[in-house]
Amino acid sequence: MLMTPAHPEPPALALEIRDLRKAFGRPAVDGLDLAVRSGEFYTLLGPNGAGKTTTLRMVVGLLRPDSGAISVLGIDALADPVAAKRLMAWISDEPMIYDKLTPFEYLEFVAGLWGIAAADAQARAEDLIGWLGLGPHAHERCEGFSKGMRQKVALAGALVHAPRLIILDEPFTGLDAGSARQVKSVLREHVAAGGTVIMTTHILEVAERMADRIGVIARGRLIAQGTLDELRRQAGHGSSTLEDAFLALVADEAA
Amino acid sequence: MSAPATLTWFARHEFRLAWRDGLAMMTAGRRTRARTLVIVFTVFAVFMHGMAFAVVSRFAEVTGSDKTMLVVVTGSLLLAFALLLSQAMESVTRVFYARSDLDLLLSSPAAAERIFAVRVGTIALSVMAMAALLAAPFVNVLAVLGGPHWLAAYGALVAIGAAAAAIAAVATTAMFEIIGPKRTRLIAQIVAAVIGAGFVIALQLAAIVSTGTLSRLTLLASEPIVAVAPGVDSALWLPARAVFGDPGALVAMIGASLLLLGASIALVAPRFAGCAVAAAGVAGAATRQNRRSAFRPATPAATLRRKEWTLLRRDPWLMSQTLMQLLYLVPPAFLLWHSFGSGAEVVLVPVLVMAAGQLAGGLAWLAVSGEDAPDLVATAPLGAAEILRAKTEAVLGAIAMVFAPLTIALALASPFYAAVAAVGVPVSAVSAAHIQLCFRAQAKRSHFRRRQTSSRIATFAEAFVSIGWAAAAALAANEMWVAAAFPAVMAVGILAAARYVSPHKG
Repeated sequence: MLMTPAHPEPPALALEIRDLRKAFGRPAVDGLDLAVRSGEFYTLLGPNGAGKTTTLRMVVGLLRPDSGAISVLGIDALADPVAAKRLMAWISDEPMIYDKLTPFEYLEFVAGLWGIAAADAQARAEDLIGWLGLGPHAHERCEGFSKGMRQKVALAGALVHAPRLIILDEPFTGLDAGSARQVKSVLREHVAAGGTVIMTTHILEVAERMADRIGVIARGRLIAQGTLDELRRQAGHGSSTLEDAFLALVADEAA
Repeated sequence: MSAPATLTWFARHEFRLAWRDGLAMMTAGRRTRARTLVIVFTVFAVFMHGMAFAVVSRFAEVTGSDKTMLVVVTGSLLLAFALLLSQAMESVTRVFYARSDLDLLLSSPAAAERIFAVRVGTIALSVMAMAALLAAPFVNVLAVLGGPHWLAAYGALVAIGAAAAAIAAVATTAMFEIIGPKRTRLIAQIVAAVIGAGFVIALQLAAIVSTGTLSRLTLLASEPIVAVAPGVDSALWLPARAVFGDPGALVAMIGASLLLLGASIALVAPRFAGCAVAAAGVAGAATRQNRRSAFRPATPAATLRRKEWTLLRRDPWLMSQTLMQLLYLVPPAFLLWHSFGSGAEVVLVPVLVMAAGQLAGGLAWLAVSGEDAPDLVATAPLGAAEILRAKTEAVLGAIAMVFAPLTIALALASPFYAAVAAVGVPVSAVSAAHIQLCFRAQAKRSHFRRRQTSSRIATFAEAFVSIGWAAAAALAANEMWVAAAFPAVMAVGILAAARYVSPHKG
């Protein structure tokens, strides 16, 4: 039902970052390279302050890098940010919604910002509202909503313009189990339909169960990436869980 | 170092926060800014003193034995008091609703009344400082020309500020307890606005009826008022006598107002915590909007404009602001009706221009700094300039909706005045909106304190630019073209200065 429209020849890479740097006094992102394939569910892990959020904010155009290159589905995001933004959706841990708008009005607004034809947008919006269980509250102002409801409204907003790449920063912060499951299944659906998801999370279990590949960032650089098995092997010392592998990798880097 | 959680300890904490906020605001995080800032302020101070000289120099030799002057000074003090009261009420409400650190403070075992006592004290200090700053040029000019006894006026103003803060704290807390937290915010804003505006307006209405002009001094100095007023020995003139430098009156006034402030702090501080907790529970009930069945097609820019209009329509702050602006329009409208066709409607021109600037500034702040989802809009496939343009258009559209009918009504009386207003209103609105764009700072919860302080420069710049354009429009409406150029140049100058010190270059 929630399909990302099929694209004839999707570029092989949904996101390609080369030698990205950004310093706030001291380096936050320090020569980061990253490549995420089209149709992949990619999770970024890293200790607090590793540069995950800074990196993703540069990708979606909220921060200007000091140097480096970012390419989104074959488009140079630094040279033509508007064209790149057209293909992306950004969801932060703080839902970007309006207290004085209803979910219905919010989806109309977001679709309008992305220039989606009203009829198409409405069909998608109604699907999303139904699927995320927002139906009973679709015409209530968001001001009284719980954190989970707000995050679901934000997610619906991100999906209403049919992005090919969804980037999420800690989407599960403060969500209850039911809401988290709904969000997860929406994201899986997006990948199944050929879309790409890039997500940061602190919840290793989510990364373990959902991600096709996992990247580990520490001190502003990518220190390891691969499937869960590959990471385990790389970490060595008989790491059996992602938690073991993650802690071993980060500890190696710090040493 | 004082013991934790005592009154002085909290005072140190508040002072440190205020100091860092102020420093950050002044220098915008850079040290090189300090020097240019000093230059800008010096130029501004010299300009204000020049203006004060033009207004009050002929009063320097006046003394408290002249009853007419007692009436005029008392009236002016009352006006200042009303203004300070409205400012203080707004600040007190903000203490309840600005939740930046209240959750931390209220969940700590520290005595909440101490922190609130300090905060009311801080409000009183800032209101007193504002009174002294605004009056400084006038007092200084009088003191130089008429003698140092005029410096007593500073003391009188500080006393008035303290009294205003005391009354505001009691009134707002009482309102919280009587009508509940749910409506207090809106009502406090409206009441603050109306108190500020109401007094000026009432005086103006009376002045129109009695003399046909809009000067409040004219009414206060008029024969009938002076005749009904009590004799020069009445206690009613105590504050005015303090301004004229009577030491006994000054001491009595300062003592009384400080006592009032102390009493009000003692009375309300223990209740503040309850009010703040109640304020936190306000955002609960669901508001249903009318069910719309279909998305309306629109370009991205039109979508943004429409969203701004929807949010403005649903904003209680805006309601109070618009109400206040409309209230200010009452006296000139009354004048128009009172003396239709006599040419007196020329007064409407500067009032419209001034109101347009003020309203546009408020709307622009809401649309740009008050954006709830800045990251959403920033990640949309639109250029930054395009976004700002759409938002500015939304503001100007709203201004046009309010002021077009008024300008058309004016055209019925005088097409020439209407033409001047039709030029002045958009110029003033664009200027005020531009200042808000220059000082835009995302009004996120975490930036709340910063926003309050950083918007203060913008507020002053906006007010003076609006005044400049209003003066230019007034002179232009009187066909004094050369004279009109001066306030216009002043407005442009302030605009340029605001742009220069601002974090964004518009």
